[in-house]
Amino acid sequence: MSRKRRRLYLLLLCGLGLGSATALSLSAFQDNLVFFRSPSDIMQEAPAPDRAFRLGGLVETGSVQRETTPDGRPEARFRVTDGASTIPVTYTGVLPDLFREGQGVVTLGKLGPDGVFRATEVLARHDENYMPPEVADALKRSGHWNPDQGAPPPASSWNTLTPTPAVGAAPPGGRSGS
Amino acid sequence: MIPELGHFALALALALSLAQAVFGLWGAQRAEPRLMAATAPLAIGTLIATGTAFACLMWSFAVNDTTVSAVVQNSHSAKPMLYKLTGTWGNHEGSMVLWVLILALCGGAVAGFGRKLPSTLQARVLAVLALVAVGFLAFILGTSDPFLRVWPPPMDGQGLNPILQDPGLAFHPPLLYLGYVGFSVTFAFAIAALIEGRVDAAWGRWVRPWALAAWSFLTLGIALGSWWAYYELGWGGYWFWDPVENASLLPWLAGCALLHSAIVVEKREALKTWTVFLALLAFGLSLLGTFLVRSGVLNSVHAFANDPARGVFILFLLMVYVGGGFALFAWRAAAMAPTGVFAPLSREGALVLNNLLLCSIAAVVLVGTLYPMFADLILKQKISVGPPFFNSATLPLVVPLIGAMALGPVLPWKRARLWPALQRLWWAALGALAALLLCLALEGQRIGPALGFAAAAWLILGAAADIADRIALFSRPRAALARARGLPRAAWGGAIAHAGLGVMMLGLAGMGLATDRLALLQPGQSASLAGYDYRLDNVQDVAGPNFSARRATVTVTRNGRDVVVLTPERRSFPVGRMTTTEAAIHTTWLSDLYVVLGDERDGGAVLRIHHNPLAPWIWFGAAIMALGGGISLSDRRIRVSAPAAKLARGEVTA
Repeated sequence: MSRKRRRLYLLLLCGLGLGSATALSLSAFQDNLVFFRSPSDIMQEAPAPDRAFRLGGLVETGSVQRETTPDGRPEARFRVTDGASTIPVTYTGVLPDLFREGQGVVTLGKLGPDGVFRATEVLARHDENYMPPEVADALKRSGHWNPDQGAPPPASSWNTLTPTPAVGAAPPGGRSGS
Repeated sequence: MIPELGHFALALALALSLAQAVFGLWGAQRAEPRLMAATAPLAIGTLIATGTAFACLMWSFAVNDTTVSAVVQNSHSAKPMLYKLTGTWGNHEGSMVLWVLILALCGGAVAGFGRKLPSTLQARVLAVLALVAVGFLAFILGTSDPFLRVWPPPMDGQGLNPILQDPGLAFHPPLLYLGYVGFSVTFAFAIAALIEGRVDAAWGRWVRPWALAAWSFLTLGIALGSWWAYYELGWGGYWFWDPVENASLLPWLAGCALLHSAIVVEKREALKTWTVFLALLAFGLSLLGTFLVRSGVLNSVHAFANDPARGVFILFLLMVYVGGGFALFAWRAAAMAPTGVFAPLSREGALVLNNLLLCSIAAVVLVGTLYPMFADLILKQKISVGPPFFNSATLPLVVPLIGAMALGPVLPWKRARLWPALQRLWWAALGALAALLLCLALEGQRIGPALGFAAAAWLILGAAADIADRIALFSRPRAALARARGLPRAAWGGAIAHAGLGVMMLGLAGMGLATDRLALLQPGQSASLAGYDYRLDNVQDVAGPNFSARRATVTVTRNGRDVVVLTPERRSFPVGRMTTTEAAIHTTWLSDLYVVLGDERDGGAVLRIHHNPLAPWIWFGAAIMALGGGISLSDRRIRVSAPAAKLARGEVTA
């Protein structure tokens, strides 16, 4: 085989490899990109029902209820707020160690027809003072925090629906559950 | 006093590296033997200086010197000594010093073992290594000084993130860095070859062991990190396609392609330009990984440096080294004419296919890793790309790769015919088919695990068939043992590494069949999963050296007989006010029994129970792959080209 033909073959193969990689990426992108939505985004424009997305905000103080489903699986219900809007969330599973009322949270799941977000994952963060950047951005966009005026206000004051913590709620930062 | 000594040693290392770079490049250009001869001792001097700086930093951590800022932010007197020492590289500043120390070690090794190299090549390689060291030493001294003092000293440090206080993670960064930085040597060889405009078999023989060593260490480092994530994070998974994991996978893929194409350069003097390109790419991706992890553009466990100045500096270094390397490549690559000619169906052809597929996988992973960053910057959209993307985009590329992996080694060089090669592999193919059908029969319509088992059988039996064929086990069994002894270690290493991937596929396929359940149990109650019964006996308080914990006692029984008692914990660390989950794992080698303690309520406790079939084989397979790399590294060809060890030792003491 001549050198020219061999080079042609190699170039063709390279093109094939790159082309298939591009095609695979694009087709996988179409189905698997996960968008981030804040509660206000969902209120403005309801996302497609069968599409998973990430919902982030602050866990509303006093909203966490731990229950047990009929088949004996532990379930948690809480509300996620960005100061302007609130979305109820259910999650079956073990909540991460640093899940706290009044703190930032990012959850992955789908929005049900009843407006309740069914989370399949609640993302764990390893630092108590860490605010996920998406959540910080959502709080800014909801107009309740201007970053030019310093640090965000204390998380427990973010509630819009329940201005004072509900009776019997765990204190922020404390271990919830008995 | 000790921290100032360390700071001085770092500055000294910078000056020595600068001299090494200038002497090497200028001396080689002017063919000035005295300047070139100075590079090797300078490399040793840099190694001693960085070693001193690192020892000083470790000393500060060991004695918990709270006047040093890095110690205050990352250490605490109540921490066990092992984690005080390993905490040296558990933070941004210290890990960069480790990075430079390993780079200096590589330079010292090239200086020590490289005495048989042509002197201009050695001088240029050492000069390029020194240039890399200059950039990173300037980065450390300019933006992240590890010896910065604080005054007045606080009473005690703020503690190391508890999830990092673990033996697995203590040795994850050094192994990973040995891999990352090892590719700087192949990069330096590639740049030197581009300057000289010459790549030959001898060059390939020098590059291959470095690529092999770096790849083996990177394999071990990634496997250790994945194992740590499995037992420490308590999520029951082993690979999350986290951007930081991808950042280490990218140079691994490029390095894997590099060490295979270097074989072709060494044996057949073909694919030269391509090999040089891969050497640039592997180091470029290593630097990209460092940039992604160190700059804070990604948010993950690893992102501890959220300082924009650092990110900009590393981005600048990345552009200088990689941009410079590729510009030189564009300018000089045409000078390297290939000599070896081969047919598409041949050992070379199979290695080209391997390279193409590995690079395509790397391209897909790179796009998936960087896309969210660009979408945020340009489209102002918060997007994440998760495991479904990576799984569906890489699987179609992995299947042909594994198919060709068993076939490639049995093809002859230059020109091959498919049928005789397939005849040698017929029993491997039969085994793969049997594994596929068996899995489908036992587990139902589970395509992924079935394919995984088939791939495992194909790779392990294929490697065995290759070795059996080479030692003529079936045609002349009497002389087989003697032939096995005479077979080059590189052939053994290759077959073992391929079989190692097969073992890993076995584990991955098994994990595809993993099951888990959540249960809220009162003491005395039990839950069953996959034939095992898990009984919660009690939950009590225990105290550790620097934490307090709630510990559950779970007795596992099977058919009424006791198997093991598991004790998952939730630990809370008063320093830093953090809580971690300690999963309790019992391995039977056929499966892992994995229990995580969740929250407690109504007098009971939530347990998350996982049954992970064949899980330990994932990391065992990775260890076998690295072992294959090591065996290949001990091949006689490579040892013969290394100089007498006596000379290298004399150099170090001088």
